[in-house]
Amino acid sequence: MKFDTPATDNPIDRLKVVGKPTNRIDGPLKTSGTAPYAYERHDVVPNQAYGYVVGSAIAKGRITSIDTAAAKAAPGVLAVVTAANAGKLGKGNFNTAHLLGGPDIEHYHQAIALVVAESFEQARAAAALVRVQYDRAKGNFDLAKSMDGAVKPPPAFGTEADTRFGDFDAAFASAPVKLDARYTTPDHSHAMMEPHASIASWDGDKLTLWTSNQMIAWSVGDMAKTLGIPKENVRLVSPYIGGGFGGKLFIRSDALLAALGAKAAGRPVKVALPRPLMTNNTTHRPATIQRIRLGATTDGKLTAIGHESWSGDLKGGSPETAVAQTRLLYAAPNRMTAMRLATLDLPEGNAMRAPGEAPGLMALEIAIDEMAEKLGLDPIAFRVLNDTQVDPEKPERRFSQRRLNECLEIGAEKFGWNGRKAKPGATRDGRWLVGMGVAAAFRNNLNEKSAARVRLDRNGTVTVETDMTDIGTGSYTIIAQTAAEMLGVPLDRVEVRLGDSAFPVSAGSGGQWGANSSTAGVYAACAKLRTAVAEKLGLDPAAAVFENGKVRAGGKSVALAKAAADGDLVAEDMMEYGDLAQTYQQSTFGAHFCEVGVDAMTGEIRVRRMLAVCAAGRILNPKAARSQVIGAMTMGAGAALMEELAVDKRFGFFVNHDLAGYEVPVHADIPHQEVIFLDEVDPTTSPMKAKGVGELGICGVAAAVANAVYHATGVRVRNYPVTLDKLIDKLPDLA
Amino acid sequence: MKSFTYERAETPAAATAAFARTPGARFIAGGTNLLDLMKLEIETPAHLIDVSRLGFDRIEATNDGGLRIGAMVRNTDLASDARIRRDYGLLARALVAGASGQLRNKATTAGNLLQRTRCPYFYDTNQPCNKRKPGSGCAAIGGFSRLHAVIGASEACIAIHPSDMAVAMQALDAAVETVDAAGKARSIALADFYRAPGSTPHLETVLAPGELITAVTLPKPPGGTHIYHKVRDRASYAFALISVGAVIRRDGSGHVALGGVGYKPWRVAAADAELPRGAKAAASALLAGAKTSHENAYKLPLVERTLAAVLAQAKG
Ligand SMILES: Cc1cc2nc3c(=O)[nH]c(=O)nc-3n(C[C@H](O)[C@H](O)[C@H](O)COP(=O)(O)OP(=O)(O)OC[C@H]3O[C@@H](n4cnc5c(N)ncnc54)[C@H](O)[C@@H]3O)c2cc1C
Ligand code: SF4
Repeated sequence: MKFDTPATDNPIDRLKVVGKPTNRIDGPLKTSGTAPYAYERHDVVPNQAYGYVVGSAIAKGRITSIDTAAAKAAPGVLAVVTAANAGKLGKGNFNTAHLLGGPDIEHYHQAIALVVAESFEQARAAAALVRVQYDRAKGNFDLAKSMDGAVKPPPAFGTEADTRFGDFDAAFASAPVKLDARYTTPDHSHAMMEPHASIASWDGDKLTLWTSNQMIAWSVGDMAKTLGIPKENVRLVSPYIGGGFGGKLFIRSDALLAALGAKAAGRPVKVALPRPLMTNNTTHRPATIQRIRLGATTDGKLTAIGHESWSGDLKGGSPETAVAQTRLLYAAPNRMTAMRLATLDLPEGNAMRAPGEAPGLMALEIAIDEMAEKLGLDPIAFRVLNDTQVDPEKPERRFSQRRLNECLEIGAEKFGWNGRKAKPGATRDGRWLVGMGVAAAFRNNLNEKSAARVRLDRNGTVTVETDMTDIGTGSYTIIAQTAAEMLGVPLDRVEVRLGDSAFPVSAGSGGQWGANSSTAGVYAACAKLRTAVAEKLGLDPAAAVFENGKVRAGGKSVALAKAAADGDLVAEDMMEYGDLAQTYQQSTFGAHFCEVGVDAMTGEIRVRRMLAVCAAGRILNPKAARSQVIGAMTMGAGAALMEELAVDKRFGFFVNHDLAGYEVPVHADIPHQEVIFLDEVDPTTSPMKAKGVGELGICGVAAAVANAVYHATGVRVRNYPVTLDKLIDKLPDLA
Repeated sequence: MKSFTYERAETPAAATAAFARTPGARFIAGGTNLLDLMKLEIETPAHLIDVSRLGFDRIEATNDGGLRIGAMVRNTDLASDARIRRDYGLLARALVAGASGQLRNKATTAGNLLQRTRCPYFYDTNQPCNKRKPGSGCAAIGGFSRLHAVIGASEACIAIHPSDMAVAMQALDAAVETVDAAGKARSIALADFYRAPGSTPHLETVLAPGELITAVTLPKPPGGTHIYHKVRDRASYAFALISVGAVIRRDGSGHVALGGVGYKPWRVAAADAELPRGAKAAASALLAGAKTSHENAYKLPLVERTLAAVLAQAKG
C-alpha cells in the first residue's frame, strides 16, 4: 500500500481499541520475570557455552603481541577468538569502528578477544589470562581543543551540515538586542538495564542469533556483511529488549563474537557485555560545544538565529546533529546553522534517544530563556511571539500540524506558571530556593516503510507477524490494537509476534518512527486481509464493516472466523510513502515545565515536579505513550542534573564506566510527573494519523530543568550537567 | 574471578588460625564489597574465611555506659536498634543514607569500616593505581578527580574512604576491637585506625594481617542534636560528594566529622573547639592544609556551607 495523499476516514477512526489506554500485553511477562531476554534463552539450543569479551586496555595504537596460551590452557576453555584467527571480517554499514579490533586499536575497550568456556566463571577467569602487549599511539581525546581542526561533514541522513537563509551576519550585527553564548553538553551513555547480549548457533553455514536489537533488518545485513556470508544465512531473533535508547540499533561485539565463538567452539555460544565494558565498547551520545547567536527587535521579534555545533567522532563517523531543530523551531528572517566534526579517538559516537534534538535543545532552549530575560519578556510569551506555522527556510512548506503555542499555554495554566515571579532567586521555601522553568519540545516525525503479515484462523484468532521490535515501548500492544481495530475483534483475539527476521521487514524501533510506521504496516496488511475475507465470504470488500467478530455488508452478517473455515487466510503488505513529508513539514511538539528546589546552602538541586504537554498526532495508546514520556522526562532530568561520561583526556576513555559512576535518576529524584496529550490527528503521516512521542518526551526537558535552576538561584549554568559545583561559589552568602 | 577455596569459621580463634594457615586468605562478611572486587580481579584471595557466624551479631551495653556493636551486626539492624536511634541518632542517620536497603541487609559493621575506595581508576585494572598495584602510579592525579580527596592525600594516592557509617562513628569517638591469631585482643580508636596513604596507599588500616575485628564500641551517649548531611548529585543511592556528621549541643559545642574529603572520616580536635564560633571557623580548622585539583576545589566551600546548614539546623 502506498500512502501518498492525506488520510481520509478509515476503520482506525472508530477508535474502539486504538486510542484507548490499554495495559501492555507483555506487562505480566515483564513484571513476573518470564519474558525471556536474549541471554536467558536456555531453551532455544542445547549445549550453550559461554563467551567473555576482552577489551583493549589502550585507546589508540597497535597490539604488538597477544598471548592466549594461558587462557587456552585454563580449565573449561574451549576456544579463544582474536583478530588473528577469526578469518577475514568486514565491517557493517552502521558500524564506525571494527567490532573485533587488532592489531590496530581504534578505541578503549574495543573487543580484542573472546574466550569461550564451559561456564561463565571459567570464561571470565581465563579472559584475565590473555596477555597483551601494546604500542600506544597518541590520540585526540579533547573536543574543546579539537574545535579548530574540525571539518564540515558530508550531509548525514539528508541533513546538510550548513544552512543559510537571509543575511544572518548583517541582521545579527544590527539587532538591538543580542545574545551570543556558548553551551556544552557532555557525552551520554544509554545505560539501559539489559546489557548487549547474544546467543549464536550455527547449523552448517546458517547462523541463528538470539539477541537484543532494535533494528532487525539492518542488523541481519550488517551481520552478513561483517561475516562475509549471504544475508539469507543469517536469522536474528529479538522478541524482548530490556531497553535500547539507540544503543541497540546496530550489531555490537556481543553478536559478532558470539557468532565467531560458536564457530570456533563448534557449539552455541552466548555472550553478554559486562557493565564496565558497555560504556567504552559500544556507542554513546557525543558531547557537543554549541554557539548560539540570537538577535531580536526590542519588542521581542527574532530577526536573526544562528546556531553552530561542534562534536567529535572516530574517523568515518558522523556529527551529532544538534542544530537540526533550530532550522524549524522559531521564525526569523535571517538564519544560519553549521555543524563541524572533529576526529576524536574516543569510543564510537552514535544515536541516543532524540539524537541531535536532545542536545541541541539543551542549548537552544536555555538561549531562548536568556533572550527572553534580556527582552524583559516572559519566556512563554517570547516563544509564542516567535512561533512559525511554516518551515522558516522554505515558507511554502507548512507544518502539517503545529500546536506548540497551545502546548505552552495549556501547560502554563496547569502548572501554575502565572504565579511565578519574573525575578530569579526570589522564591524561597525554607532552606530551598525555588524556581520554575519551561522549554519547548520539538522532534521531527519520520515515516519509514514497514511490512507485516496477518493470519486469520478458523477460531477467529488473528496473528500478526512483523520484525518490528518492542524495546519496552509498547509495540506489541499498539500493533495488537491496530489489528483488532481493523478486523473488528477484541484485543485478546490478536496474537502479535515480533522481532524475528523470518517475519516481514518493519520500520524497527528508532527515531520515534516505530509506533506510526509499524502500525501503518499492520494497517496495510490488515486492509489486504479484509479484502480477502470479504471476497471469501462473498461480501463487497468496499462496503464490508468488521465489527464484534463479524463482517457485515449488503444486509448480510457473517462471523469473521468463517472466512478461515477451510484454511488460514494470510495477507502480507508493506506501507510505503509518497512525498507528503516533503510537501508538509511533519514534526511533533511539546512544552516541558519543571519546578526545582536548590538548597541555598549546599547547592543540591532537586526536581519537585514536572509537566509535559505534547502534541504528536493521534496517541495510539495513551497509557503506553505516557510511559514513554515520563521515562523520557526522567532521562532529561538526568541529562540536566547528573549524566556525564567523564573523559580522561590523557588515556582517552570514559572513566565512570559503570552504574555507580554514571549516575542516572533514581525514584527519589523524580517525585511528581504529569503528561497531557493534546487531542490531535495528523492525516498527512499515515492512515494511523499518528506520530511518535518516545523522543519528543526528552527534547527540551534538560533545558526546562536548567532554566528552573536559573530561576531559583539567578545563577546561569551553560555547561551540562548542572551540578552543585557549578553553583556553589555563586549562591547567596551564608547568613 | 580467580578460583578460591572457602570455609566457614565457627569461632574467632578458628578464623584467625585459618588465616594464619592459608596464604592469600581473606575474611568475608556480607561480601557486598569483597565479591564485587573479586569479580573484577582487583582482589584475588586464594581462600575465603566466612566470619559471619562467629556470634558477633549483638549490640550490648558496656560498663562505661556505652555500646558494643558486634562486628557482624548488619547495617540494617544497627540503624534500626532502639538504643542507637535514641542515643546515637547520627549513626542511624548515616547508615540509612548509605547504599540501599538490600545492601544494608547484607553489609556488616566490620565490612563497612573496611570497604575499599570507589576511585574509578582503582576499579579499572587497565589503569595505573598504586592502591591496587603498588608502584604503578596514580591515574586519578591529573585525571578525573571530581570525587577525590582534598586533604590528607599523598603524591601516591588521592582516594577517599567512602563509608557513611564511619563518619558518624568518628564523630561519636568510636573504637575498634580486634583479636589476632595469637588470641591477643586490642582496642584501636577509630581516629587511629586508618593509615594515611603516604607512599603505601595499599595499606589502609593499622590492622595486622589476619587481625579480626570483633566489635566497635561507642562511649556513653554524647547528648546534643545529631545530624548527618550527605551531599550528592542524586537524591539517593549514591556515594557522598562530601558529608558532615555532627553532634551539636545546646551551647553550640560539639563534634564534627567529614566524609568524602580524605582517606578516612576527617576529624580535627581544633575544629570541634571552633564549632561555637560557627561554620567558617570550624571548616577552616578542618580543612587546614587542604590541597585541591581544579575538579574537586568545590569541596572546600561545600564543606563550609554544609556545615553552616548543619549548625543552622541544630539551632532549630
Ligand atoms: C551499589 C553499592 C552502593 C553502596 N553505597 C554506599 C554508600 O552510599 N555509603 C556507604 O557507606 N557504603 C556504600 N556501599 C558500601 C557498603 O556499605 C559496603 O559494601 C559494606 O558495608 C561492606 O560490608 P560487608 O559486610 O558486605 O563487607 P565484605 O564485602 O564482606 O568485606 C569487606 C572487607 O572487610 C573485610 N572484613 C569483613 N569482616 C571483617 C572482620 N570481622 N575483620 C576483619 N576484616 C573483615 C573483608 O576481608 C573485606 O576486605 C555501597 C555498596 C554498593 C555495592
Ligand atoms: S587515587 Fe588512589 S585508588 Fe585512585 S588511582 Fe590513584 S592510587 Fe589508585
